[in-house]
Amino acid sequence: MSIRSASRWGLVAPRGGAANRHSPAPLIARFARNRLAVAGLVVVALFLFFCFVGPLLYSTDQIHTDLTQVNLHPSGAHWLGTDAVGHDELGRLMYGGKVSLLVGLAAGVLATVIGTLWGSIAGYAGGWVDAVMMRVVDAGIAIPALFILLVVSAITTPGVPGLIVILGLVSWLVPSRLVRAETLTLKRRDYVLTLRAIGGTHGRAIARHILPNSVSTIVVAATFQVADAILLVAYVSYLGLGVQPPSTDWGGMLSAGLTAAYSGRWWLIVPPGLAIILVVCAFNAIGDGLRDAFDVRGRG
Amino acid sequence: MDTLLYLTRRIAQALVVILIVTVVVFGLLHALPGGPARGILGPQATPQQITLFNHDQGLDRPLPVQYLYYLRQLLHGDLGTSYTLNEAVSRLIEQRLPKTLVLTVLSAVLGLVLAIPLGMWQAVRRNKPADYVITTLSFVAYSTPVYFLGLVLVLVFTQVLRWFPSQAPQGDTVAQVFADPVALVLPVVTGAASMVAVFSRYMRAATLENLSEDYVRTARAGGSRQRAILFKHVFRNSLTPVIAMLGYYVPVLFGGALVVEQLFNYPGMGLLFWSAAQSSDYPVLLGCVLVISVATVVGTLLADVVQRIVDPRVKAGRT
Repeated sequence: MSIRSASRWGLVAPRGGAANRHSPAPLIARFARNRLAVAGLVVVALFLFFCFVGPLLYSTDQIHTDLTQVNLHPSGAHWLGTDAVGHDELGRLMYGGKVSLLVGLAAGVLATVIGTLWGSIAGYAGGWVDAVMMRVVDAGIAIPALFILLVVSAITTPGVPGLIVILGLVSWLVPSRLVRAETLTLKRRDYVLTLRAIGGTHGRAIARHILPNSVSTIVVAATFQVADAILLVAYVSYLGLGVQPPSTDWGGMLSAGLTAAYSGRWWLIVPPGLAIILVVCAFNAIGDGLRDAFDVRGRG
Repeated sequence: MDTLLYLTRRIAQALVVILIVTVVVFGLLHALPGGPARGILGPQATPQQITLFNHDQGLDRPLPVQYLYYLRQLLHGDLGTSYTLNEAVSRLIEQRLPKTLVLTVLSAVLGLVLAIPLGMWQAVRRNKPADYVITTLSFVAYSTPVYFLGLVLVLVFTQVLRWFPSQAPQGDTVAQVFADPVALVLPVVTGAASMVAVFSRYMRAATLENLSEDYVRTARAGGSRQRAILFKHVFRNSLTPVIAMLGYYVPVLFGGALVVEQLFNYPGMGLLFWSAAQSSDYPVLLGCVLVISVATVVGTLLADVVQRIVDPRVKAGRT
């Protein structure tokens, strides 16, 4: 997934204003002017509400199977019909969405944290440390994440926490490159050199100056990372190697999709698929909006 | 001379990266629960059998020694033996890879043939409604999982309209695959969709960049017609960097093939990988990972080099 170039979609022309890029008020104003990004925020909020509050309003049994109620068409009793073992599909969409959103958010944040640490250390250290650390990143990018995830899932059956850790461990590479590039320019700034001259430690330079000044890059990277993670976990689950039944996520709901497609049961395919597309689009739009508001160069 | 130095450095880097990949693959092979012995002998094996097997296979020697042994085997093209298919992994990949290449090359060609005119058209109609519509569609297509698109196509074209068969061609050889072209349509279209989205963006950006160059202004001032400038100069100058992007796209192509092959039951390397994941056939899994990683490294290297040759301004490189 190294070709992510959500930064270049350019649905909205980037706005300038680098002068006060770290003061929050104009930042929020700039973000709010980007209608697509605001729409993305609304979509994410709606889905969070749907998945985490929805089950309280629309209560369904997602643990036990009910073989008297299988493969029902959408109706008044089951708004989106039922699946092959009798789970209510609308309830399942909420139930699976919890896992998709939770894993995507957590894995995206974890990946960004790892990438930030790796990239800032490599860029700050420079020299052969940097060279070795960045070759490791190259190697990681050379092994496509989807394949490595399937190998790992063949070795162990991860639960939700395991899935978050594994996804985080395979997708920190792109943020690490971005943060490294940022660090390379920041470490030459006067305030970093001054800190060093008056006896400040390297750790202090990274923690007090490099990271706070990279925060815009990091936040933008994290947003795209969440979109990536939601897609990736959907792929792994679709291929039958994600969270195990009776638990599920949107990708897992589609793993029986082929059978459903052949028998024309569109209601088992279209809702989870649209949910994935909407949420991934929303996170990408938010990332675009943040990038323009912060006026940073994102991935590309 | 500068270019030669760059090439040498870039190739050395690529070799280091491939070496690190082999360490990762080797590490995974040894991280298996119970090690390779448990995998081959099965869960019923006694501890004595496992000890004997480990001794026979040299698995009781120090890990660095084993790693060197593994590297030597790799250099001889030996990727190990499949647990379940009882055949050399290299032989299995040799049989399956050409079919995957057929699928990916066809998808890539179809994707580019659609994406390049589309991107140019968008650049010319920049910020007009058509540009926004196509941009929005690309944005959505890009966020769509390949398998979801495939499922919808299956639903619509094999169940509702019944235009195409739902299975990909099942032949063993490439010739047999081509014997059934109608069955190839859905898998190829599914694979091409995300390419159209991504590469039309590249082409749009490259065309816009070229349109703002001095030579375009000069040609216009000299009285050349817009159409002539577009097709004679801008097209040529935009095309090469966009096609070079294919090099960076190798891992995505393989990832797409994995899903498309599983979806349409097309017997290529992706399906081999998927069934190996189902049956925990580690040598096959890791052999495929190694092949794909090497292809990715080579693709990136080629793309870097081509971009540098085409556009001498790219000096810093992507390192």
